[in-house]
Amino acid sequence: MSFLNNLITGISLGSVYAIIALGYTMVYGIAKMLNFAHGDVIMVGAYMIFFATGSFGLNPIVGILLAVVVCTVLGVVIEGLAYKPLRQASSLAVLITAIGVSYFLQNAALLLWGADPKVFTSVIPEGSLPIEGVNITYVSLVTVLACIVIMLALTWFTSKTKMGKAMRACSEDKAAAQLMGINVNRTISMTFAIGSALAAIASALLFSSYKNLIPTSGSLPGIKAFTAAVFGGIGSIPGAMLGGILLGIIETFAKVINTNISDAVVFAVLIIVLLVKPAGLLGKTVREKV
Amino acid sequence: MKKLRILSLALAGALCLSMLSGCGNGDQGSANTPGSGETTPAGTENGSTGSTDGTIKIGGIGPLTGSAAVYGLATKQGAEVAIQEINALGGLQFSLDFQDDEGDTEKAVNAYNKLIGDGTQIIYGCTTTNPCVAVAAETYSARYFQLTPSASSTTVTEGKDNVFQVCFTDPNQGITAANYIKDNGLGTKVAVIYNNGDAYSTGIYNAFQATADEIGLEIVTVQTFPDDSNTDFNVQLSAAKDAGADLVFMPIYYTPASLILSQAKSMGYEPTFFGCDGMDGILDLEGFDVSLAEGLMLMTPFNAWGEDERTKTFVSEYEAAYGGIPNQFAADGYDCMYAIYEACTAAGITADMSAQDVCEALIAQFTSADFSVDGLTGTGMTWSANGEVSKAPVVVKVEGGVYVTQ
Repeated sequence: MSFLNNLITGISLGSVYAIIALGYTMVYGIAKMLNFAHGDVIMVGAYMIFFATGSFGLNPIVGILLAVVVCTVLGVVIEGLAYKPLRQASSLAVLITAIGVSYFLQNAALLLWGADPKVFTSVIPEGSLPIEGVNITYVSLVTVLACIVIMLALTWFTSKTKMGKAMRACSEDKAAAQLMGINVNRTISMTFAIGSALAAIASALLFSSYKNLIPTSGSLPGIKAFTAAVFGGIGSIPGAMLGGILLGIIETFAKVINTNISDAVVFAVLIIVLLVKPAGLLGKTVREKV
Repeated sequence: MKKLRILSLALAGALCLSMLSGCGNGDQGSANTPGSGETTPAGTENGSTGSTDGTIKIGGIGPLTGSAAVYGLATKQGAEVAIQEINALGGLQFSLDFQDDEGDTEKAVNAYNKLIGDGTQIIYGCTTTNPCVAVAAETYSARYFQLTPSASSTTVTEGKDNVFQVCFTDPNQGITAANYIKDNGLGTKVAVIYNNGDAYSTGIYNAFQATADEIGLEIVTVQTFPDDSNTDFNVQLSAAKDAGADLVFMPIYYTPASLILSQAKSMGYEPTFFGCDGMDGILDLEGFDVSLAEGLMLMTPFNAWGEDERTKTFVSEYEAAYGGIPNQFAADGYDCMYAIYEACTAAGITADMSAQDVCEALIAQFTSADFSVDGLTGTGMTWSANGEVSKAPVVVKVEGGVYVTQ
């Protein structure tokens, strides 16, 4: 009974990680860079929804759409201003820039909206579905469903559409893609736009489950989701989902044993997985060309 | 919109303060500052800390931003209401310079250094426990009198003769809570959820557990979480539910508590929730659905919906100035200023005394047997030599979005 309960809690938590991890893995898979500001874009999206639904009394759907637009624009602007000039720079420089952008967004939010917590109003009706004596909240159900839909849509997009193919070409070899007539910069900007739109959707679902919103609310889930993406094999879209769900389940069961060591257990598992399978659970091992 | 209003209030408050201090400095010896009549002008031999404009400078420290901002703002604003009243009486004059510590130990010490650099004579604060312990160590060695409105751990006052509390201590809250639950039959199987990374929460829990063992109150499960940024409490709540707990004791702050209440509702778990003074403020959380808190019980010495004359006056003045219902922290802040005022009057303290002289005189006054203060949070408050206050805690229950005294 309590095992089943905890399993459900773990899957709910994991699906939130998974939906954030999809954004991480998408950007990494194409642009080969870790966008550490992803969690903070989620936080910005959540503030948009909070003010749209709370202060202006708009419909939650309108709020989410507004957040999608704001986050997409924000993602493209961040990419254009902070990452594009560093296209030829070492990956370390890009990484540090991403961390800088993350802090910039957190502090800008602190300045604009203050540090006192806001309680997010769930965009999904409260309540839960009792199945076999176990309560599954509507938020968890919607999150898991959204996760599956987004995963399938992304897989279809990257394998079937022209833009998707261009993305995969850029991911394999930027210079060769350019020679084949693909606009690499535009493709990468597009990747960021999609990743940030996903962040807006993730923000609606993340804060519907865990309601307190402060400027640093995005950073911890962001790091956990990054872990999930690495766990599942970064760059792999189904891997992000698998990694997220597994991470949620492991974390929940570790908490049952002892709440203080749950994060330590999560990262210990990550280390073991990476030792055995360096590319992650579903990651492809790419042989380095010499 | 609400944000804008708060911002404009804060700006207006800052403007008022700067105008007040401007007055004090400008009109040296004029009728506007009655307290200055007998003080000597600038350059007294008492050294740099002595104020020369006839106003006793109080330096406040607390979180005005950050996760505990509700407490810090309340202690600041409650004290400001009291200072306006006191200054209007025409006797001793006070000024309050309140610095933000964001609830952070290091920033609190920086704030303290800034305050004493500006000539503060009495330290009021800190609002939260961990910063207060750090600042208390500084004031003890530099000999500044310190009165905290709400830092309730015994470590705040331990071994420091210059630090006093207006709130009751953590162990006192734990003991009272256990006895209250047992005596009133609120629950037979108790679950505890507390933050074991926090001194306040752990202090209350330890005393609660010890008392529960003593009086035979059954604690079925004890659940912990490591810090206030924790967001998922499903595991802890499931454990409490599976253990059949009909009362959940939560000696924690209101931010995680609000998440616990909402997650308990989603899982269909409806025990009695019982909190301590850290829970006070939950009804003010922006966007919080107050119906989640229906039936929540908490220990707080102040009920803003109370019927006595002084409470009513305070609430209306506070509402007029800041546009909100004052919580217990505001009342604690108010009482702090009156305690300082009455002690200063009784001990004959004047604005030109150095901070160190003020400190020794106030210590003697606070611990003297015939000194007692009537405030909003208790009548006949007295202090022991270790700095702890003696007054009775009150339990309130949330009904229809307001506190009802039990």
